[in-house]
Amino acid sequence: MTDALAALVASPRAWVAIVVIGVLTYGIRLSFIHLFGRIDGVPTRLQRPLRYVPPAVLAALVLPDLVTLGPSVTATLLDERLIAGAVAGAVAWRTENVFATIATGMVTLWLFRFVVFA
Amino acid sequence: MRGPALDEDLLAGVRDVSPLLLGVAPFALVAGIATVDAGLGLAEAVGMSVIVFAGASQLAALELLGENAPLAVVVGTAVVINLRMLMYSASIAPHFAEYGRRLRAGLAYLLTDQAYALSVAEFDENPDRSRWRYYLGAAASLWIVWQVGTVAGVVLGAGVPDAWGLTFAVPLVFLALLVPAMKDRPTTVAGGAGGAVAVVAAVLPLNLGLLVGALCGIAAGLVTEVTAS
Repeated sequence: MTDALAALVASPRAWVAIVVIGVLTYGIRLSFIHLFGRIDGVPTRLQRPLRYVPPAVLAALVLPDLVTLGPSVTATLLDERLIAGAVAGAVAWRTENVFATIATGMVTLWLFRFVVFA
Repeated sequence: MRGPALDEDLLAGVRDVSPLLLGVAPFALVAGIATVDAGLGLAEAVGMSVIVFAGASQLAALELLGENAPLAVVVGTAVVINLRMLMYSASIAPHFAEYGRRLRAGLAYLLTDQAYALSVAEFDENPDRSRWRYYLGAAASLWIVWQVGTVAGVVLGAGVPDAWGLTFAVPLVFLALLVPAMKDRPTTVAGGAGGAVAVVAAVLPLNLGLLVGALCGIAAGLVTEVTAS
């Protein structure tokens, strides 16, 4: 119990985020499973935008980690993260394999960071 | 134990989910590594993996927490990412309708992309299955691998030098999920627009870039759908 208390004191912000996100996420999961019989499905008006949540959110998560707008096009493109991301993206497209995507992306990053651009 | 006939359904769920666990394990490792990178420890990693138990939102929340983004932005971003589970909840609900309130509440906690996709396919194909047992076999296996993987990631993340850039595995995981999510023209446009806007909006205060990018991407997908039909 003292350990749990120490962890809470060390990072209160993180714990508030964890609990609030956890409660809201559980609410999302439970929603229709709980309400079935009273509400039988997602209203069409909500269904259409929800279809675009995964690609839009995932792309918004990925791209800023691969691309930082530089002073010139060349500076922006000659970035080890963007190159590694492009290679990994091609692997993801061909194989749809999470492990293969991570592995090629990391190896490409290291190749450019420690060998090519070193 | 209530007899082999009932456990068969549970084991079928475990068996069918096993190939997917290979993809989940590295994802869980990355979640552990990202926790260390955000300046947090084992307690937070386990707490988050147990309480939230939704990988993509965990990684996004950790990244934002590490950048000291406002709590409202951290929570808002994570919730938008998890909204997709509304669809899963609605779609799987009829299959669980006959069960009691408590069992349904427990089953809902374990709802994930993989458990959903696998179970709904099986329920359609094999109506004789005990649904909750099959689902539990698949979903609980995913839960265990997720928890063990997160802990392993924390240990690994603490031992590897920063220069290796292990957190680069985070966008790589998302990339592996993004590519199959862009399956037709509107979803591809949603992804392209969401990503491009997020890059440009990275200069926005309060780390709002991700949220703005995601909302623009959703809007772009809808517009493409309407103009195409």
